[in-house]
Amino acid sequence: MTAAPATEAPILAVTGVNKSFGPVDVLRGVDFAVLPGTVTALVGDNGAGKSTLIKGLAGIQPFDSGVITFEGKPVDIDSPREASDLGIEVVYQDLALCDNLDIVQNMFLGRELKHGPALDEADMESRAGETLKSLSVRTVKSLRQKVSSLSGGQRQTVAIARAVLWNNKVVILDEPTAALGVAQTEQVLNLVKRLRDNGLAVVIISHNLQDVFAVADIIYVLYLGTMTARLQTQDTTPGEVVEYITGGKTAMASPIVEEQ
Amino acid sequence: MATPTDIQTDSTPQYMQARDSSLGESWRSYLGKVRGGDMGSLPAILGLIILVVLFSLLRPTFFTPLNFANFFSQAALVIILAMGLIFVLLLGEIDLSAGVTSGVSAAILAVLMEKNGVAWPIAIGAAMLSGVLIGLFIGFLVARIGIPSFVVTLALFLAFQGLVLVIIGEGGNIRITSPVVLAIQNSNLPPALGWVFYAIVVGGYLLASVSGRRQRISRGFSATSMSVILVKTGAIAIIGFVIVWVLNLERSVNPAKNPLSGVPIIVPIIALLTVVFGFVLTRTSFGRHVYAVGGNVEAARRAGISISRIRIACFSICSTTAAFAGIVYASRAASVDPNAGRFVVLSAVAAAVIGGTSLFGGRGRIHDALIGGAVVAVIDNGMGLLGYPAGVKLMITGAVLMLAASADALSRKRSMSTGK
Repeated sequence: MTAAPATEAPILAVTGVNKSFGPVDVLRGVDFAVLPGTVTALVGDNGAGKSTLIKGLAGIQPFDSGVITFEGKPVDIDSPREASDLGIEVVYQDLALCDNLDIVQNMFLGRELKHGPALDEADMESRAGETLKSLSVRTVKSLRQKVSSLSGGQRQTVAIARAVLWNNKVVILDEPTAALGVAQTEQVLNLVKRLRDNGLAVVIISHNLQDVFAVADIIYVLYLGTMTARLQTQDTTPGEVVEYITGGKTAMASPIVEEQ
Repeated sequence: MATPTDIQTDSTPQYMQARDSSLGESWRSYLGKVRGGDMGSLPAILGLIILVVLFSLLRPTFFTPLNFANFFSQAALVIILAMGLIFVLLLGEIDLSAGVTSGVSAAILAVLMEKNGVAWPIAIGAAMLSGVLIGLFIGFLVARIGIPSFVVTLALFLAFQGLVLVIIGEGGNIRITSPVVLAIQNSNLPPALGWVFYAIVVGGYLLASVSGRRQRISRGFSATSMSVILVKTGAIAIIGFVIVWVLNLERSVNPAKNPLSGVPIIVPIIALLTVVFGFVLTRTSFGRHVYAVGGNVEAARRAGISISRIRIACFSICSTTAAFAGIVYASRAASVDPNAGRFVVLSAVAAAVIGGTSLFGGRGRIHDALIGGAVVAVIDNGMGLLGYPAGVKLMITGAVLMLAASADALSRKRSMSTGK
């Protein structure tokens, strides 16, 4: 696997992030950074705090404390709006698409292009087509197909294309392959690689280590609210990652320590 | 690493290729849609044809110019109400109070004009305003307080029957004398103007289709082929010609004394409503958001659409349209009584559903009201001519609504299982 040349400055980074729900500390001093042109995987067992970390970055549940920097500048992300204004887009596991609308309509939903009072369908269709083409999507027949007629992989494709339509810089994919078959998983993983090749910072949350090893350049492991490892994919093995996920290996021996 | 789908030449993907769909292809894709559970207005159109043939055979007076014109003014009330209801049904909500809202509007109109001598523009304005306010009220209760629309509008269905009684006064019945209001349902276009109206409709449809096609082709997209456009325009031209021609025939029982011919004024009014509402639903972002909320509320919310704003707007449109239907009702009956609008709402819901609008939200078009309204009115009119009592008519209308709702539910099941 050849990773696209990654510039070393992270586009989005959090340092020392804490979040608690009542007495439960869900995130404890977490550091996390994503680089442009890189696929960063975030793994961890259920309850490790992956979703909480993502929700913080998406502005849905702001962190209690800690510093977020975007393109080197400290920022506050207190609402989904602020996240999307920065160029951070989250594609959720339960895909937020309308079955009764077609591909173009879904991709532009809530941000329709207009020509006077009327919708500019032609402009939207050509931009949607360009975006899908730039992602080398070939599996859909017509952009005017209703989403209800698409397969799971095609839906995931539309949801991801929707996220990159607005020149976003960071795309966060929450379990993008969880509900998909083998061929469709392959499609989506290829799409993830294309996003990376187009220079986006991609964060992928997954339980499936096979998928993670197929696309990720860097793997972060969360264990009970602390970041226990930051691994280069080519320097590690699924066995080692599982040990970090289950707590068999601890932060003491992790490469994170070597870096600090 | 590449899947078979990726090992392809770097040619333009299929969705970016401009190509005309032939007549045969359009027909096949339509058949595919029908098989997939999206039947649209097809059952209603077939039902309409069967009913017309049946009633014409059973009662020759059914197929006369007089009854034909009568049928349009009978259908108008149901069609207009159904148009408003479609906005609410598209959200997956319901407005059971739409009928009595038109009753309130008619009562306000009648009392202001006939009892207080208010000029007709002000009275009509006040009646319409009552619809706006009622719609905002329903929308507020549903969207902000969170009461199911079924409960809110059922409560108002009862309350507004009382309100109409209070406005009119117990046992009262107010005669409408204003020539302007009476004209809405009782006057006809001069025959020549009827043909002008016909030319505008057919020409407008052709122009809109051709310019839409040209615009898409200039952008390099596939477009509806010219042959499909011509076939559709031809069908509209022929049906429209027959309608206008028949309506322009002398249809009076006593032509020497009361000559009567021409397209009823209500027909162009309904045509205008269809165009305006159709534009709002299919060509504006508001309309797009209405479909989105009806299709998947969560997706709409995540897309940044204000759900409560859309809900309030749709209930307002529905009630305001109902208020206009109330004015049409007053015009046709030439009087307003305390029962105004009580029974019509389920006929209007039936009309929308028969026409192809789903009760589950997210699916439906404005012209469903025209086709479904025609079916409901034909049943009403034909059975009236056959001399069935009102009781039987009500039962049949109820059965037809049930049938349409079953078809809706089954087609939804089918579309979920075929994934289309």
